[in-house]
Amino acid sequence: MAQMNLKEAIRDAMRVELERDKNVVIFGEDVGNVGGVFRVTEGLQKEFGEERVFDTPLAESAIGGMALGLGIQGFRPIAEIQFVGFIFEALDQILVQAARLRFRSGGRYNAPIVFRTPFGGGVKAAELHTDSLEGLIAQTPGIKLVIPSNPYDAKGLMISAIRDNDPVFFMEHLNLYHAFRAEVPEGEYTVELGKANVVREGSDVTIITYGMMVHTSVKAAEELEKSGIKAEVIDLRTLVPLDIETIVNSIKKTNRAIVVQEAQKSAGLAAEIIAQINEEAILHLEAPVLRVAGPDTVYPFAQIEDQWLPSPARVIAAVNKVLNF
Amino acid sequence: MSKIPYEVYTEEVETLSVLSPDGEIVNKEYAPKLTDDQLKELMYRMVFTRTWDERAINLGRQGRLGFYAPVSGQEATMVGSEFALDKEDFICPGYRDMPQLVWHGLPLYQAFLYSRGHQHGGEIPEGVNVLMPQIIIGAQVLHAMGIAMGYKLKKQKHVAITYTGDGGSSEGDFYEALNYAGVYKLPTIFFVQNNGYAITTPFSKQTAALSIAHKAVAAGIRGVKIDGMDVFAVIHAVQEAAERARNGEGATLIEAVTYRFRPHSLSDDTSKYRTKEEEGQWSEKDPIARLAKYLEKKGLWTEEDTVRVKEEAKAKVNEEIKKAEKTEKMTVAGLIDSMFETTPKHLEEQKADFQ
Ligand SMILES: Cc1ncc(C[n+]2csc(CCOP(=O)(O)OP(=O)(O)O)c2C)c(N)n1
Repeated sequence: MAQMNLKEAIRDAMRVELERDKNVVIFGEDVGNVGGVFRVTEGLQKEFGEERVFDTPLAESAIGGMALGLGIQGFRPIAEIQFVGFIFEALDQILVQAARLRFRSGGRYNAPIVFRTPFGGGVKAAELHTDSLEGLIAQTPGIKLVIPSNPYDAKGLMISAIRDNDPVFFMEHLNLYHAFRAEVPEGEYTVELGKANVVREGSDVTIITYGMMVHTSVKAAEELEKSGIKAEVIDLRTLVPLDIETIVNSIKKTNRAIVVQEAQKSAGLAAEIIAQINEEAILHLEAPVLRVAGPDTVYPFAQIEDQWLPSPARVIAAVNKVLNF
Repeated sequence: MSKIPYEVYTEEVETLSVLSPDGEIVNKEYAPKLTDDQLKELMYRMVFTRTWDERAINLGRQGRLGFYAPVSGQEATMVGSEFALDKEDFICPGYRDMPQLVWHGLPLYQAFLYSRGHQHGGEIPEGVNVLMPQIIIGAQVLHAMGIAMGYKLKKQKHVAITYTGDGGSSEGDFYEALNYAGVYKLPTIFFVQNNGYAITTPFSKQTAALSIAHKAVAAGIRGVKIDGMDVFAVIHAVQEAAERARNGEGATLIEAVTYRFRPHSLSDDTSKYRTKEEEGQWSEKDPIARLAKYLEKKGLWTEEDTVRVKEEAKAKVNEEIKKAEKTEKMTVAGLIDSMFETTPKHLEEQKADFQ
């Protein structure tokens, strides 16, 4: 098995699918020759040619619209939006057009598109390069949402996303691109969309999270273990559809939970997850479910992002609060 | 004052006319080559479309239709442009462009169902290459560009045509699509029906460009301006654009200057923004009367033919609206099932509340 970082794993997934299915095409700003500003698609144009992997003019709405048109034509487009903050320019095409194509055409047309975008804080990037905008996507019916936390999942989830006949929004955390390497099988394998992963077992409290915050939460759980508290950590992997079953099963065991997200606190996915826990498992709870999240401000300039982002210490404080309720 | 030598395109573009208002061919070299049967079919479709439009407005007033955007006056652009295409060519319409879809193969009762907000209205039959009318102005212009990209990658010699209005030509999506079509040399036809108004905003407040056709220049594609009340000019321009597209010569922006005789939608009042004189002047350019005069002179059409087609159209509209009214109501469960190819568990659960 090869050792890969998250970026290489995602590239490997795209390579496997480009090879397997001639309808897979990749495009976006600068993705061709140099392989994107993060080199996620590096080498793919050379290997598969300019008809399969190509640069576009600088226009995000058109990237989205072209993806839709190609989807209608039977292609499987992988469209890169260079940085997450630029999806606003393409939101009509992603959330209005692609997400409702099946509904509008009575099932005649698929939008088998993967919209890929890097996001995520802690890398001191420029404004609007790192925001956690997954809540915007998750609120829209008709689109799936994936955020991997490690190389193995990233490859398997990406292959699933490419093969899916509905649009998938795939968010790649900037801080994870090069963070670490892990074993990734060669060739094709899939990680099913809509299935969470219990990354650490525990019996005292459930920490529900995704993306970079999986690592922050695991760190917190390791610290907690030293004082005898056993935290279970769930990596959601897919936010739409949400694997509420895994969450509920865990809460039945631990009776306490917190949700950790990098995004701003209000009206985000954590709120949604807590609402679903209330619907499904309220009688198993011994304490209210708390949120650890960014404050409701714009994402800050680099100076203070380390304080702004949820830290293991804040996760530990929230765990202690639900344990001492 | 002398002209600045590096000034860009400050000349008015000429408007192509082929058929004069009194039914004479004025620009012979651009007259499309149509057989007598094709000419009669074209006239049939235009009269049918006018009658359908009048009936639809009445049906709307009776509450038997939902959202409806009138089309009278634009039969030359709508019927003529579709007439110039092949069945395999793809149509990406705006909300007013229902006639193109129906003449391209969408059953009329489905157009009525769409208007009534029934999901089956959008269930496009296999083999009919169209999208449903787009509500977001300009979004469909990008889709046509993407579909054209698909034809190009598949090396198929079909074209994608898209329609928008003078208002739509101001949207960012419009420019992005033109630009992409230019860069990739795509087989796309951007057909702008400049009917003088976007809801109530007059063309003079829409752009300071000399014409919409000029906007092709910045994208490096071909731009032409035609008389949109002249069905022969429309057919010529679309045929030529399609031929160029099929030959790999890229995209064309066609500005067709036309007029909608009726209000923007069933809920606005034209007297607030248009004058009777203006309406009168445009009705003298009526595309149907113009073609009728030409055909009558050739002995291919009579007043009785018009009466007969109107009766046929009325009967067909009645039949199809009844079919739409008899179609079983859509269901919330069906709606839920149309969100994804395979309905995920959480939606299955939500469905249970509606069964
Ligand atoms: C993005 C967007 N903005 C605004 C509207 C509201 N709207 C509907 S029709 C219309 C005018 C469009 O005018 P034009 O493109 O000239 O087409 P016409 O109605 O004249 O055929 C407007 C502003 C809309 N549907 N979509």
